[in-house]
Amino acid sequence: MTAYLLKRLIIAALTLVLASMVVFAVMEILPGDPARLMLGLNASADQVEMLRNQMGLNAPLVLRYLHWAGGLLSLDFGRSYTYSVPVIDLVRERIAVSLPLALIALALSTIIAIPVGVFSASRQGRAGDTLAMGAAQLGVAVPNFWFALMLIYLFAVWLHLVPAGGFPGWGAGIWTALKSLILPAVALALPQAAILGRVARSALIEVLNEDYIRTARAKGLPYRAVLWRHALRNAMIPVLTILGLQFAFLLAGTIIIENVFYLPGLGRLIFQAITQRDLIVVESIVMLLVAAVILINLLVDFSYAIVDPRLRGRQ
Amino acid sequence: MKLWKTILAAAVLSLAAATSAFAARTDLTLGIVLEPPHLDPTAGAAAAIGEVTYANVFEGLTRIDDNGQVQPALAESWAVSDDGKVYTFKLHSGVKFHDGSAFSADDVKFSLDRARAKDSLNPQKQLFAHITDVAAVDPATVKVTLDGPQGGFLYDMGQVAAVIVAKGSADGNKDKPIGTGPFKLDHWAKGSEITLVKNPDYWGTPAALDKATFRIVPDAAAAVPALLSGDIQAFANMPAQDALAQVQSDPRFSVVIGATEGETILSINNKKPPFDKLAVRQALASAIDRNAIIAAASNGLGKPIGSHFSPGDAGYVDLTGVYPHDIAKAKAYLKEAGLENGFSATIKLPPVPYARDGGQVIQSQLKEIGVNLQIIPVEWAEWLSQVFTNKDYDLTIVSHVEPNDIDIYSRPGYYFQYDNPKFNDVIKELGTTVDKDKRLELLGEAQKILAHDVPAVYLFELPKIGVWDAKLQGMWTNWPIEADDLTKVKWTD
Repeated sequence: MTAYLLKRLIIAALTLVLASMVVFAVMEILPGDPARLMLGLNASADQVEMLRNQMGLNAPLVLRYLHWAGGLLSLDFGRSYTYSVPVIDLVRERIAVSLPLALIALALSTIIAIPVGVFSASRQGRAGDTLAMGAAQLGVAVPNFWFALMLIYLFAVWLHLVPAGGFPGWGAGIWTALKSLILPAVALALPQAAILGRVARSALIEVLNEDYIRTARAKGLPYRAVLWRHALRNAMIPVLTILGLQFAFLLAGTIIIENVFYLPGLGRLIFQAITQRDLIVVESIVMLLVAAVILINLLVDFSYAIVDPRLRGRQ
Repeated sequence: MKLWKTILAAAVLSLAAATSAFAARTDLTLGIVLEPPHLDPTAGAAAAIGEVTYANVFEGLTRIDDNGQVQPALAESWAVSDDGKVYTFKLHSGVKFHDGSAFSADDVKFSLDRARAKDSLNPQKQLFAHITDVAAVDPATVKVTLDGPQGGFLYDMGQVAAVIVAKGSADGNKDKPIGTGPFKLDHWAKGSEITLVKNPDYWGTPAALDKATFRIVPDAAAAVPALLSGDIQAFANMPAQDALAQVQSDPRFSVVIGATEGETILSINNKKPPFDKLAVRQALASAIDRNAIIAAASNGLGKPIGSHFSPGDAGYVDLTGVYPHDIAKAKAYLKEAGLENGFSATIKLPPVPYARDGGQVIQSQLKEIGVNLQIIPVEWAEWLSQVFTNKDYDLTIVSHVEPNDIDIYSRPGYYFQYDNPKFNDVIKELGTTVDKDKRLELLGEAQKILAHDVPAVYLFELPKIGVWDAKLQGMWTNWPIEADDLTKVKWTD
């Protein structure tokens, strides 16, 4: 187990180093000069050059990479070119929105998907299954920004239950802040739930055809007990894999939903940083996300071992 | 007795209720599309900086009003020497910065010297290029000496990048702007909103609003529900697109279409063959149908222009008829240039709706005269480096939003690559002319040269689509400069 863990950790570290090089190189290749963007059309070439020097953009490539990567090691992410505040402060503010949003959406998606999956699998081919899977198909097909707009018109414009968008900050009170995350979470969760529900269904159907299920039924266990205790647990591995992927997506891949609800999340920060060529912000956040994805994958691996005791002994 | 008491109590209660109903609201939430990168107008070109801070947080010696006229601001009056070289500004007294420090002539000297210094990173450094000396005569008097008479000097001192900052706080203005204006920064939740509150120590007429929040709404689709739900009560310039009709038909909102200083043009690389030939540029101008472009690229709201000048500004000459839409004529021009079979070129389009939508219309219009355009979409950062800095382009569409910027055609090395000595002379003379009528005459002459010589094809003036609660008063109709001046904004019943 220790050797296994160590191997995973070394691979993770190598992945991080490699990713840092790729990220840095890509941002280097990207055309566009952050200094010119900041100073605009009327600034002279001399002024732009001066600002480039000030921002350290004229130093040799390798030096800049080492400086940046060295900073990352000591958790110093540098300062944003455009906002001129430490990157870590920006990230902290944004994670306070993105992380709770991702967690709520993930919880919602799981709460919806698992029962639907179980329901469908146990009624495979019957009317209920067809209906549920039809709904899931619709959930995958409907663009989430459109769905989000419909939610806004219904719950914010018409019923006035929640704000149409924006985020007041956690300082405004937990309930007020949560209220502005409800619609985006629902808009994010439903398509994810649709995917997850389908995965849960097919995994469960596969398990339900196994011999030990028949054995369990044969020894007299009620169908319900077999389904929820024996079958579902064994069907969890593909479900957990998808959950891990979805969580990583929900952390930063939610830019469209963040735009529709004008939430100050991580996705929008990255997008804004790319258009403004705030290279240091893009590089640092992408690295954080790479680290988060690696961490989530590790956690998923661990959770496999929890749901499947057979994996615990294995190396 | 008891009855009397009850009646009295009821009367008092109803009176209280009535007064509270009449007490107008004093808070306002405005939507803005782009978040300012920081809040220091002397250190960044982003228009959003000025939108939030100009006249609200920061003030200059002079200020530009809704109609583009120069008004006194921190300088209550001024005198100009006979040779037009020395401006003596008399400053208001009792003015304080938001951090409590007193404003004086030294701050003016500091701000102007800082902006024109060798290592200045002021985005509009050219505004200060003609200043040779700034002297604080006494705490309430500043003398500014120029290298020659400057016709636009008072206007320039009212521009966004010319606001007055204090020595002690100038370096921190990006994050904690310290100005002299009627509002001061309360807090900035990055990515979300910027909140200004009334400055209780303001030297001039206090603002009617106690609190103004600029909320960042980047998505056009989100703007409409934000207004309809009441979360946002005003957009100085709404990213309305197709949804405008929905708001226009709603009596709860005022929709006010105004003018900006944004000349939207089809820029031409004047040194790159075949565009170095006048006849080719004339062909482009004649092949273009402005109305079709305006319909597609600005919801039919933009005003057609025939030169690089805003129809809202004094001295405007209508030159849209110089090259009327005429395909046969356009083909004749091409033949004159020896290109009767047409040619191929590229057009680089930045990521704004007017350019992306307008570009497609222009592509199909030029196809009619045998000019095949290949559309290359670019991001702003790419546009700035490829088109603006490296001049690696044939055609592009962009809106030049800087006010009074007809002189850009005489700037050496500017991305149009246009060099016309006759035009340069007019601009040079304009720079040193103070007499108002003579200035207008010269401006007209400059416009005419551009209209005939076609260094760019002039399309339309970008509209300002103001949408706000019908009970709100005092918002700017036009954008002579991009500012959301809230000093006179108030709620009415």
